[in-house]
Amino acid sequence: MRSRWWLMAVSLAASGSQAQTNGWNMPVGVTDVSSDIYGLHMTIFWICVVIGLVVFGAMFYSLFRYRHSKGAKAAHFHEHTSVEVLWTAIPILILVGMAVPATATLKNMYDSSDAELDVMITGQQWRWRYEYLGEDVAFTSNMSTPRTQISGEETRGEHYLLEVDEPLVLPINRKVRFLMTSDDVIHSWWVPDLAVKQDTIPGFINENWVKINEPGIYRGQCAELCGIDHGFMPVVVRAVEEEEFDSWLAERKEAAEQEAMGVDREWAMDELVERGESVYQSICSSCHQAEGQGSPPAFPALANNEQLINDVDWHLDKVVNGVSGAAMPAFRSTLNPVEIAAVVTYTRNAWGNDTGDVVQPSAVAELIAQ
Amino acid sequence: MAPKLPPQPPLQHNTTAVADGQSHGHAAPPKGILRWLLTTNHKEIGSLYLIFSLTMFFIGGIFALVVRAELFQPGLQLVEPEFFNQMTTMHGLIMVFAAVMPAFTGLANWMIPLQIGAPDMALPRLNNFSFWLLPVSFTLLLSTLLMPGGGPNFGWTFYAPLSTNFAPPSTTFFILALHIAGISSILGAINIIATILNMRAPGMRLMDMPLFVWTWLITAFLLIAVMPVLAGVITMMLMDINFGTSFFDAAGGGDPVLFQHLFWFFGHPEVYIMILPAFGIVSAIIPTFARKPLFGYASMVYATAAIALLSFLVWAHHMFIVGLPLVAELFFMYSTMLIAVPTGVKVFNWVTTLFRGSISFESPMLFALAFVVLFTIGGFSGLMLAIAPADFQYHDTYFVVAHFHYVLVPGAIFAIMAGVYYWLPKWTGHYPNEKLAQWHFWFSIIGVNLTFFPMHFAGLAGMPRRIPDYALQFADFNLLSSIGAFFFGASQLLFVLGVILCVRGGKKAPAKAWEGAEDLEWTVPSPAPLHTFETPPVFHRTSH
Repeated sequence: MRSRWWLMAVSLAASGSQAQTNGWNMPVGVTDVSSDIYGLHMTIFWICVVIGLVVFGAMFYSLFRYRHSKGAKAAHFHEHTSVEVLWTAIPILILVGMAVPATATLKNMYDSSDAELDVMITGQQWRWRYEYLGEDVAFTSNMSTPRTQISGEETRGEHYLLEVDEPLVLPINRKVRFLMTSDDVIHSWWVPDLAVKQDTIPGFINENWVKINEPGIYRGQCAELCGIDHGFMPVVVRAVEEEEFDSWLAERKEAAEQEAMGVDREWAMDELVERGESVYQSICSSCHQAEGQGSPPAFPALANNEQLINDVDWHLDKVVNGVSGAAMPAFRSTLNPVEIAAVVTYTRNAWGNDTGDVVQPSAVAELIAQ
Repeated sequence: MAPKLPPQPPLQHNTTAVADGQSHGHAAPPKGILRWLLTTNHKEIGSLYLIFSLTMFFIGGIFALVVRAELFQPGLQLVEPEFFNQMTTMHGLIMVFAAVMPAFTGLANWMIPLQIGAPDMALPRLNNFSFWLLPVSFTLLLSTLLMPGGGPNFGWTFYAPLSTNFAPPSTTFFILALHIAGISSILGAINIIATILNMRAPGMRLMDMPLFVWTWLITAFLLIAVMPVLAGVITMMLMDINFGTSFFDAAGGGDPVLFQHLFWFFGHPEVYIMILPAFGIVSAIIPTFARKPLFGYASMVYATAAIALLSFLVWAHHMFIVGLPLVAELFFMYSTMLIAVPTGVKVFNWVTTLFRGSISFESPMLFALAFVVLFTIGGFSGLMLAIAPADFQYHDTYFVVAHFHYVLVPGAIFAIMAGVYYWLPKWTGHYPNEKLAQWHFWFSIIGVNLTFFPMHFAGLAGMPRRIPDYALQFADFNLLSSIGAFFFGASQLLFVLGVILCVRGGKKAPAKAWEGAEDLEWTVPSPAPLHTFETPPVFHRTSH
């Protein structure tokens, strides 16, 4: 046990994280707001402890002192106005004392002005999509814990269920504004160390903000029940130094431009299938399953799906525009044309769906443009 | 098990009826199942409610144990996430609507007429109808588990659009079941209000009524106020699902947050519906076993009324993270903190009643004392949750799960059990086996704390609610909770055993079964005959 704590301490130090988690209590976190909240939490906790000691002390004293079995004779007093006024007034004063700092913290939390970076966070069953507004950089972030670890066929890793393929990268010491919404049901984006928990609601855009003081990797989860894989929708934030962030963002921007150019060229089938498989595993497999077998009735099988095999236009349309009234979302704005073309090509040629069809990114781009 | 009814002398009362030439008397009841289907007697209907509630308590408990078994260790071992979600949802729905609420209605049926000196409920046939709606409703609800696509899987709070556009096909049946249960509650509440306002013994003013009657009167008004809101919100869901409306669908111009406002406008008073009658029971038991009048009768009544009024002004504290404007956030934070004041008054009253009493520790008292301590702990975590900035961290975690289980299990359910042990002598004519009841108490106390206390830590450390699998740092807490849950569940079999034994026999109880008991129910024989107070009793004002 000791050595495990020691190891954890070392690994935390090595990752440069100063998150002070003891595993029992709310983390102090790595923002000013999170430590304010921690302060409020501990203050109200100790107030409760003191009240509890007084009330339970009086109660257990009475229970012990005035036992019938020890021949206690009952008094018959009841009602005493000044006592009753007192035990109404004192709690009110304590509450006012508590409300003042809570109000100040809340006001601060609601002030998302003067942000240096805007990040759009979109909840989707069951992944997060991050978009750096005005930077043309966007990606989705999926849980990367393999299903074999969940089923127990493989040993569970250190960050079991709290690891993703692509973390949200944020700079430290800069105020970052989050704009939060959802494509399907209500999710809730939560990272305890940042003290940000906000519902992402379809049709609404919620605002929140964060200014991280320490570089490190901060992990959280979706906090609002959002369907089957609600438990498998982690949030990972990688906070880095400002310069490192700037170069990371520039790199991503360039990659995005490259990909955008790829729309116009002719892709070979192998290329598309390879790319499509990775898209499928990260985006589609949580519902349609790794082997395309689906889990009917909610999530139809793709392998040997007659309609899909016979009608490429129908297939493409469902991926681009979604299925209204069902769980299948529209991917027209969350996946780029290359990804859509790749994943459609892949599913049309995997698991015995040997159609031989190749869908080109340019065709997808045209469809989306219509 | 039905409490054994007293040897039935159907003609005893008829003699007087026949004497004044009327046939309003009580014909011999039909035999067998028809007797229970057609009964209009408040005691028999009370027993039906209590037996129904106990049955549902075990069904809901088994669902909880499925959840706890899956959470015993990390990974998915026993059930799929889909079924896990159905279990958490059904556990909540069954416990709230089919276990706790009917248990209080059952106690109200049995005890309110006895405590106010009335011969029966004001509307006996309506009473029968209110009860028999419940088995219909919950058979329908449970049957959804067997339907294609499974039962409700969106949590007992059924937030749209997860419960509308993304819900299983059985959701329409879930809505119908909830409508039927809601009608039952409204009719029951009307009956209780009519009884209390019209049928008190001559000379008994409102401020002379036992607190259980007072708390139920207030609860009944809450029910009438909010059950229609629930009916409205589920009807809007029904329309969204089946008739193409978009109340809660943003794509059609609807508003998913509206759902939460409506739901919690019902839901917050609903949680007080599940606790106010408990306050009444505890306020009867503590003075009895402290042999000393309740310290502040009037302030208890006012505090109950204050809590009920405030309950309409605090609903959005369940929604601190949906993105409310700052002023709304502040308003709901302040109003929620204010609830601590009347609740504190109640706790202080109970403790002061104990002070300089002459206290003995029979099983009803043990449960009532545990109620005071553990409900107060649930109150403390409630106060913490009221602090909106801190709620951003607590919200939707196991800290919340710990909080509401503390106020509902060792809160509401312990109070119900205290009430059952307290009134069993009146119902059956026998004292419950005290040794068995004490074992039940101590096992329950250990089980309940082992189950729910570690949840505070799991939540603070960052474990969200309603997940079928969790990160490794939460493993120890979940292990303890699961062990505690199975221990608690198993110890409730002692309760059933105790009740059955008590119905079948045991130490004979006199009319006044407890030395310090004061209210009118202790003036009728034990067991209470099928018909009581056919002539209104003379009410003597006691020391309230």
